[in-house]
Amino acid sequence: MKNAEEKWEPKILAFLCNWCSYAGADLAGISRIQYPPNIRVVRVPCSGRVNPYYIIKALQRGWDGVLVSGCHPGDCHYISGNLVARRRFAVLKDLLEYFGIEPERVNFSWVSAAEGEKFANVVTDVVKEVKALGPAKRLVKR
Amino acid sequence: MENFEDSIREVAEKLLRDKKVDLIIGYEQGTLPLRTTPCFVEKLEDVKKLVWNASCDANLSKYVVGKKEKVGVVAKGCDARLIAVCAVENQIPRENVVVIGVPCQGVIDRKKIEAKLEGKEVLEAVVKDEQIKVEGEGFEVVLPKKDFLCDSCHTCRHRNPPIYDVLIGEKLPQSTDKNEFAEVSSLESKSTEERWEHFKEELSTCIRCYACRNVCPLCYCKMCFVDQSMPTWFGKTNDLSDTMIYHIVRAFHVAGRCVDCGACTRACPMAINLRELVKKTEKIMKERYNYEAGLGLEEVPPLGEFKMEDSQEFIK
Ligand code: SF4
Ligand code: SF4
Ligand code: SF4
Repeated sequence: MKNAEEKWEPKILAFLCNWCSYAGADLAGISRIQYPPNIRVVRVPCSGRVNPYYIIKALQRGWDGVLVSGCHPGDCHYISGNLVARRRFAVLKDLLEYFGIEPERVNFSWVSAAEGEKFANVVTDVVKEVKALGPAKRLVKR
Repeated sequence: MENFEDSIREVAEKLLRDKKVDLIIGYEQGTLPLRTTPCFVEKLEDVKKLVWNASCDANLSKYVVGKKEKVGVVAKGCDARLIAVCAVENQIPRENVVVIGVPCQGVIDRKKIEAKLEGKEVLEAVVKDEQIKVEGEGFEVVLPKKDFLCDSCHTCRHRNPPIYDVLIGEKLPQSTDKNEFAEVSSLESKSTEERWEHFKEELSTCIRCYACRNVCPLCYCKMCFVDQSMPTWFGKTNDLSDTMIYHIVRAFHVAGRCVDCGACTRACPMAINLRELVKKTEKIMKERYNYEAGLGLEEVPPLGEFKMEDSQEFIK
């Protein structure tokens, strides 16, 4: 058991918006910036496209953490998708925390297409925090 | 209270007689003590069925959503607020509804009485002058009404309907020194671990009967997310994960809309305290967006708009 725990690596599901954060991740890649390989990326048109169900479903399916990343306020390709999303995520995050889901498992960030380094830092932070928590248990459906 | 009843009947009769409305929705006496049931009056001779007392707890705004005809509806403070919310959301054409506003002194929580009597059955009850006299086989007790009101009523700050067309009686002074978020705050001060354990225990008895959803005027969706099968978002079992998610998502759906009418908590057959779930959404909306639902017809629900300067301390 001890061994299994030591070997355990968190799995993080990342929803990246097509116009900023996905390009930011790409830039991190082509700039050869190192970051932990624990994320699996789902490309979405906009952070506003991310239905809260996706986040909750990911937690139910046993992902150890979720990251949603979009363009900085004012930079949204669709002008205000990220601003609508920001309110939605704020409420969702507060609620999940209130119900006792560890806040470190649910993450949001703004990463522009020019911020390859920031993207790598965000992922590094998220992975570190989720690792400290250990495998997700609370909402996971067995 | 009795003259409230007379006034309600008078108003209802006049509205029907003048053909201002086709239907009056109010309360009539139920078949059990301390029970009323929604009453739909179309004929003048039925107006006398209408009652008003401290057991008029159903949230009648639920019955106004989706009505095509012109209706008059008896509305306490919270009912009127939900009519406002549903009107803003285009679910109730405001011009089709005559709101018969009733300043409310709180409704009785039968579960509190049941708990007090430790399961003894109430066969008769009379509410008079701030006292509830309950009788059953071999017992008779007098209870102070104020101790047996719903939790929502204890901290209610909108006893007078914020919107109405006719007001019954006089407005009540608006004062409560009680903190409406006391329960939520005390939960917030615990660790996430403790909160999880708390909700796990509280919700583990949920049988997924959906009474809490069906009674809520805000749950007017033609197809609720829990009933969807293409795709099946979340399971329909009472596995803890599925149940938790039902409650998290429902709370999320009423965020910025719920007015703490207490109907969901009253409806739950398992005595689950749903108030402490939905009350959190009210607190979030107040703290983040300085918003309180149902106070007017010009408002925009907070999740329907945004501001450039919205809080984003949680974003990396
Ligand atoms: S729980 Fe949500 S989806 Fe279901 S009826 Fe209520 S608001 Fe609609
Ligand atoms: S969620 Fe409960 S308290 Fe809120 S409006 Fe609906 S029934 Fe009333
Ligand atoms: S009314 Fe109670 S038992 Fe029924 S679904 Fe709601 S919380 Fe669960």
